[in-house]
Amino acid sequence: MLADKDRIFTNLYGYQPWNLKSAQARGDWDKTKDLMTRGQDAIIEEIKASGLRGRGGAGFPTGLKWSFMPKEPRADRPSFLVINADESEPGSCKDREIIRHDPHKLIEGALIAGYAMRARAAYIYIRGEFIREAETLFAAVQEAYDAGLLGKNAAKSGYDFDVFVHRGAGAYICGEETAMIESLEGKKGQPRLKPPFPAGAGLYGCPTTVNNVESIAVVPTILRRGAAWFSSFGRENNKGTKLFQISGHVERPCVVEEEMGIPFRDLIEKHCGGIRGGWDNLLAVIPGGSSVPLVPAAQIMDAPMDFDGLKELGSGLGTAAAIVMDKSTDVVQAISRISYFYKHESCGQCTPCREGTGWMWRVMERLRTGDADISEIDTLFDVTKQVEGHTICALGDAAAWPIQGLIRHFRPELERRIRENGGVMEAAE
Amino acid sequence: MADAPQIPDEAEVRARWGAFAWTKENAEKAKAVIARYPAGRQRSAVMPLLDLAQRQVGAETQTQGWLPVPVIEYVAAELDMPFMRAYEVATFYTMYNLAPVGRYHVQVCGTTPCLLRGSDDVMAACKNRGMTKGKTTPDGLFTLTEVECMGTCTNAPMVQINDDNYEDLDYDSMTRILEDLAAGKQPKTGTQNAQRHTSDPEGGPTTLKDMVKANHDYRKDW
Repeated sequence: MLADKDRIFTNLYGYQPWNLKSAQARGDWDKTKDLMTRGQDAIIEEIKASGLRGRGGAGFPTGLKWSFMPKEPRADRPSFLVINADESEPGSCKDREIIRHDPHKLIEGALIAGYAMRARAAYIYIRGEFIREAETLFAAVQEAYDAGLLGKNAAKSGYDFDVFVHRGAGAYICGEETAMIESLEGKKGQPRLKPPFPAGAGLYGCPTTVNNVESIAVVPTILRRGAAWFSSFGRENNKGTKLFQISGHVERPCVVEEEMGIPFRDLIEKHCGGIRGGWDNLLAVIPGGSSVPLVPAAQIMDAPMDFDGLKELGSGLGTAAAIVMDKSTDVVQAISRISYFYKHESCGQCTPCREGTGWMWRVMERLRTGDADISEIDTLFDVTKQVEGHTICALGDAAAWPIQGLIRHFRPELERRIRENGGVMEAAE
Repeated sequence: MADAPQIPDEAEVRARWGAFAWTKENAEKAKAVIARYPAGRQRSAVMPLLDLAQRQVGAETQTQGWLPVPVIEYVAAELDMPFMRAYEVATFYTMYNLAPVGRYHVQVCGTTPCLLRGSDDVMAACKNRGMTKGKTTPDGLFTLTEVECMGTCTNAPMVQINDDNYEDLDYDSMTRILEDLAAGKQPKTGTQNAQRHTSDPEGGPTTLKDMVKANHDYRKDW
């Protein structure tokens, strides 16, 4: 188990105050200027060497992403850092804990990351439903300004940097980076076509990098303790520590920081008190938030929880939000409810997603009760393939994958329901 | 489109809200909000200003607030943007109420992580108190909505009522919260499980135990 001294988010559960004074006593904002005087390229190299991969789900190397930003921004086209705190993926609840209990890690990270990528300012886009969390974040940013850590000559580094908080208003799609930029510009959150990529033309047409809250908040600690420390955890290509969120049918759901690649069984036994009803009662796990396919019990039990380990199982780490389902679960209903979520959250821009999510949900609801024909399972699978990859953003894919996972692993269950409902039609002659 | 909100834009609405203007306090806030965005990009402020306007309407009507069309027009004019651009923002995002709501907007999360932990019981507690999904109770006290994932999945099931979350609910605790609100009392917010602090495991954390009692500095162990 990861030692407490190697945990980055020491106030994860909010037993202690979030304010600047307490955060400084825990080590935040400690000689930030010295970290910055190492130089912009040195910071980017250190983050690259640490092996940090983006914590928002896609797992793109963070240091590499920063290096795409212009080295000498033009005065009329400043660069921006946008921090994605629009945490809305069902199962995910880690950024909320960072924001409400350790906001200064995020704000300090914003300054250092913004400096490294030569940005003029950072916008933290926090989801609208995090109302109390946003109040904390606004207050924490104000504290940082009052202490001279942000604004002109931020933290006495000689660099001018602003951090602004922008509240969303309830749209899952704004977690997609270009939708987030649209929303920041005061429009509907509908994703843009790429290219141009945000690093070329993002917020207000200026070079922009969008990073997840956790990716930014771990940066100061990585710089303080060194890339070698961070990369000493986890497996090759899957380095570091990670906030895991375990919800559903475990004895004690929780958020916990652990080493990347921790076996699923260890994670549950050590922190969650085991599966409700024991390991024999485990049915399936959605290991990375609702967008990734579920994994049946036998395959997940001893699987390493990291990007590559879960990819090998045909799923993904996503945001490391494990939704655990025991054998009392109506698995078809569980996935159907996710389909409803995507139907509700589709922005309506691309036809395959706008029409497909609703269609898939309606068929899922009929499969739930068995009011369908067996051939419709294949039709549904075929439709998910027509949605996947045919939309501007990944919401279409995210809507398709859970259903594909269900059909791949639970086809006998779907067929059983149809048979018991008496809905099997004779094959056409 | 059957479940699309019916947007009232009648003579009464115009008569009631046609003269909408910021209160002195909110005018200051609006100015501060616009200052967060670069000059000429004031349109970025449309979301926070619509939220502010909804809150002002709420304060005037003793509800969570909503956005009558004349109020959206007012915000659009302030930001020098076409009404339709502000209107489409108001209709796109779910947190803007396009029709009046009650004193308490009870938003029950029904997405899978909450579903697995018993959001049906939470919904049943609401229905037993006379609420119907998508409707306001006749006394104007509660509006019930089923919402999508609210991002507190390790504390499921949960409900957000106006600005506060109530987490780790069951039928009984939800009933108690609704009774308290109806009686004008403020229930404890956050987790309703006495064995939890926030998102730590029930019965106390398995990690970082030194933090429970004091603001421990782990740097000396580095």
